[in-house]
Amino acid sequence: MRKLLLYLIIVTTGVVFIARLFYLQIYNTSFIALSEDNAIKVIYDYPQRGAIYDRNGKLLVTNQPSYDVMVIPRELKPFDTLEFCSILNITKEKLKKSLKKARVYSPRVPSIVIPQLTKDEYAYLQEKMRKFEGFYIQKRSLRDYQTTYGANVLGYIGEVNESQIGKDPYYLSGDLIGIDGVEKKYEKTLRGIKGVKRIQKDRFNRDIGAYKNGRFDTLPVNGKDITITLDTKLQEYGQKLMENKRGGIVALEPSTGEILALVTAPSYKPELLVGRKRSANFTKLVYDTIAIPLFDRGLKAEYPPGSPFKTINALIGLQEGVIDTEESVSCRMGYYYGRRGQKLGCHSHRSPLSMIPGIANSCNAYFATVYRRIIEKYDTPQEGIEAWRKHVESFGLGHYLGNDLSAGRPGKVPTAKYYDKIYQYPKYKWYATATLSNAIGQGEVLSTPIQLANMTAAIANRGHYYTPHIIKAIDGKPVEFENYTKPKSTTINKEHFEPVIEGMHEVYTKGTASFLQVEGIDICGKTGTAENFTKIDGVKTQLTDHSVFIAFAPKENPKIALAVFIEHGYWGARYAGRIASLMIEKHLRDSISRTDIEDWILTHSLEEEYAKPYSGEPFKINQ
Amino acid sequence: MAKSSVAAIDWITVLLFLLLVGFGWGNIYSASYENEAFSLTDFSQVYVKQAYWILLSIVLIVIIQAIEAKFYERFAGLIYVISIVSLLGLFVFGKTISGATSWYAFGPVRIQPSEFAKICTALALAKFLSDMQTNIKLVNHQLRAFLIIALPAIVIVPQPDPGSALVYAAFFFPLYREGLAAIYLIIGVSAAVLFVYTLLLGPFIIIIGSLLFIIGLLIPKVSSLHKERKTKIYLSISLLISLLVICYFVIQISSIKIALDGLHYYIELIIFGFLVTAFGIITGLLVEKKSFERQKLKYSGYIITLLVIIGFCFSVNYIFNNVFEQRHRDRFNIVLGKEVDAKGIGYNTNQSQIAIGSGGWIGKGWKEGTQTKGGFVPEQHTDYIFSTVGEEWGFLGGGMVIVLFVLLLIRLIHLAERQKNQFSRVYGYSVIGILFIHFAINIGMVTGLMPTIGIPLPFFSYGGSGLWGFTILLFIFVKLDANRVNEW
Repeated sequence: MRKLLLYLIIVTTGVVFIARLFYLQIYNTSFIALSEDNAIKVIYDYPQRGAIYDRNGKLLVTNQPSYDVMVIPRELKPFDTLEFCSILNITKEKLKKSLKKARVYSPRVPSIVIPQLTKDEYAYLQEKMRKFEGFYIQKRSLRDYQTTYGANVLGYIGEVNESQIGKDPYYLSGDLIGIDGVEKKYEKTLRGIKGVKRIQKDRFNRDIGAYKNGRFDTLPVNGKDITITLDTKLQEYGQKLMENKRGGIVALEPSTGEILALVTAPSYKPELLVGRKRSANFTKLVYDTIAIPLFDRGLKAEYPPGSPFKTINALIGLQEGVIDTEESVSCRMGYYYGRRGQKLGCHSHRSPLSMIPGIANSCNAYFATVYRRIIEKYDTPQEGIEAWRKHVESFGLGHYLGNDLSAGRPGKVPTAKYYDKIYQYPKYKWYATATLSNAIGQGEVLSTPIQLANMTAAIANRGHYYTPHIIKAIDGKPVEFENYTKPKSTTINKEHFEPVIEGMHEVYTKGTASFLQVEGIDICGKTGTAENFTKIDGVKTQLTDHSVFIAFAPKENPKIALAVFIEHGYWGARYAGRIASLMIEKHLRDSISRTDIEDWILTHSLEEEYAKPYSGEPFKINQ
Repeated sequence: MAKSSVAAIDWITVLLFLLLVGFGWGNIYSASYENEAFSLTDFSQVYVKQAYWILLSIVLIVIIQAIEAKFYERFAGLIYVISIVSLLGLFVFGKTISGATSWYAFGPVRIQPSEFAKICTALALAKFLSDMQTNIKLVNHQLRAFLIIALPAIVIVPQPDPGSALVYAAFFFPLYREGLAAIYLIIGVSAAVLFVYTLLLGPFIIIIGSLLFIIGLLIPKVSSLHKERKTKIYLSISLLISLLVICYFVIQISSIKIALDGLHYYIELIIFGFLVTAFGIITGLLVEKKSFERQKLKYSGYIITLLVIIGFCFSVNYIFNNVFEQRHRDRFNIVLGKEVDAKGIGYNTNQSQIAIGSGGWIGKGWKEGTQTKGGFVPEQHTDYIFSTVGEEWGFLGGGMVIVLFVLLLIRLIHLAERQKNQFSRVYGYSVIGILFIHFAINIGMVTGLMPTIGIPLPFFSYGGSGLWGFTILLFIFVKLDANRVNEW
């Protein structure tokens, strides 16, 4: 009996201990993290971010050293805040705020207190650093821009935010990440992989060697250099031409889909978004809500395409067999339709015109006729619109292009459903004429400059295009993504392109842009003048027309296809046409013979025009 | 030495001893090595010293086995006197290490006599109890036995080394086995429970609880006076309630920290009251059944008990707040979960728990413990060696050590029970008690179940005196056991 009690005491103690061990070691899992906190210090070795080159091998972006002041909050000791602040030229409040933020983020993981010191600040602080326990300086590399152009293409890098950290555990607070442009799109290629070193610490926080002899350590993998398709010379020229104007230029190489130039205006210098001044400059750029310099108009601005869209309607007309190249259509200063004699106006030109002069003179009546016949070929306008839409969309309009640029918009090509909805079908019926502005690229159709340039490339290629892209090579090896190397066909047969191209050629030789001819270069183009409206104090107000131009050259084996869009440039040839011609000559010849046009563009500004709606006074448009 | 006694050595005990010592050394190596180069000649390394202590302890074992078994019985008294003298000698010649004057220093070799005094006390107690004249049921003889046990403890306390003194509670094992009344155990355990819960909940709740308990005790007594047949119903009800009591205490123990705040406080208080009453009823029923044969407890007895409890609770409160030093209070507060200061006083316990807790199922691997390598657990190769086991060998390794200890203790009970000689049996139970109390207090401390009481884990912790002490302690018993074939 007595023996039993002693047995019981011993066995019970054993069971209680095993239960306690189970609780500590298996049930409660928090101790593993606690022991890692205690004993393992993780040091990251940041790799060099890859450089960016242009298509001619010119270095655009590389790295420069930068120094961040880091803090590990739990290792902080009381220090002379006044001295610290005066060395770094910051206020005490700011220091307190960033220390608090660091502590909230994590008391044991390093956070940045002052990012990106200059070399001088670094040199001075380095000497005093021992006084400030808990702080240390971390060397990092910053972007160093060798060019002042192409900021919208290159993009910029900045510190990751909380949501990015949440999405990808690779990133830690204070890490840099590509935020826009190529830097964002090719972030993983450029950034490389940071190395990790785990250091075993003892209880005095001293390093006592590598954790598990470095079995889990990794070496940093440097970022890869990338070559982009941009031609810096052309980009620079485009940006110069666009000074004092708003809009975009997108120039493509039709045979590859490579983007030669992607200009948006106004723009900014890429170096503005580097270093400690970054946030001040960034704020300034963000708050400019009138010119919106951070908005890439070449990629994101959805404009009505205007007359260049007529080329597509001509092609669809030929494909659908509703017109041939011979038939002429008469025009009496416009196209009259409907029972009440509505009119789609036109400008003065000789009449009647067949297709080629129709394009060259941009006759609205001709294209209204062609468009109406396309829609009315089908039993219902719904079917007609859908058939038409399929053709239009095969040119890359109306949906995202699927390119490798960090931004984009789908544009818009109206569907039958869309019209059913706005005209309340089947309560009310609608007919081809209700959608007639589609004939001349007004109305419901919207496209971005890059879509328009791509459409031009598809015409230049006589029926196919390559998805526009910015990447040319990674680490010197040409990139061959199937998406960019496989041509996308349009729904138009090849033979139908020749008359349309001939028409576009005549735009230059006899038509709306004849004064822009460049000796010895066969340019094909199409002018566009797009009406547009805005709301001023809630009142829909028409503003000066947009100036639109698409062109490619040379006519045979085209080397460049581009779209130029100038906000409120009045008419197609006035600004956009001039700029397009200059860009083409620059690209094909690298010199400018039409210096008269160049001078005109460089000396003309549209700032006055842009100020009109904000003046608060009544103003006239299209002067 | 008779041949038959060599053959009669209990090899299971020897095997368990070797396993514990061997595994212990491996962990001491991991906890203390300073560089990768393994050397058995570098005496600055703790593991080297321990290796030699282990080798020498094997020589000791051989010597112990060679000595005539009767020697221990015959010279028990003398050995006891020598050991008391050696403990007293510390006050004059002792060397002070980390605050405790517990060592004699002979050049580089230090000896801690308190590690050996346990053996001497065990021998002396065995000698006394096995004397034909001794009757443990007599209060006079009980006092003498207590004196034998308490004398070394009283000398050790002011060294100061209260931890080592506490070990003398181990002699409850032989005393109880030899017939000491269970009431001493009940009083001892009740005092401990009251002590802990008074500190946790304050004296008033405990006094109310005690009152309820005694009322519970009286219910079956009073009701049995009227209707005796109802005891069966009472029994079944109280069995159900006792299950609840067990559940409640399991919850309390598993969460360790007893959270008493807000609404929970009152709900728990009510539950507490009910449970205590129920517990009282059960105990009352048991007492009632037993006391049919014996004389019945008088009502005045209950009242006296209650008064004693009230006095005890208030004195605990007083002693804790006014007599204890802050460091003692801190140690209790950590275990009671009242105050946790992980950087200050709670550092050891906290780091030790982190080390064990981070081990998981199979541990981080030998020499791979980050807590161990970083030296985060102070005294890790000595008192806290079990945290290395927990960290590097995980639940499996830690569980195995516990199982080995339990097996060893059970084996020793088995050996003690087969002794024909009362001296051997008393000595055997002393060994069991000493090993058990070291095991329980040490692992309880390292896993955070008990206050910090610095005593080593037998066969595991680093330390020559400790290892030798336990080796001698155990192997004298092995010798006595092996010699039982010569007894008749």
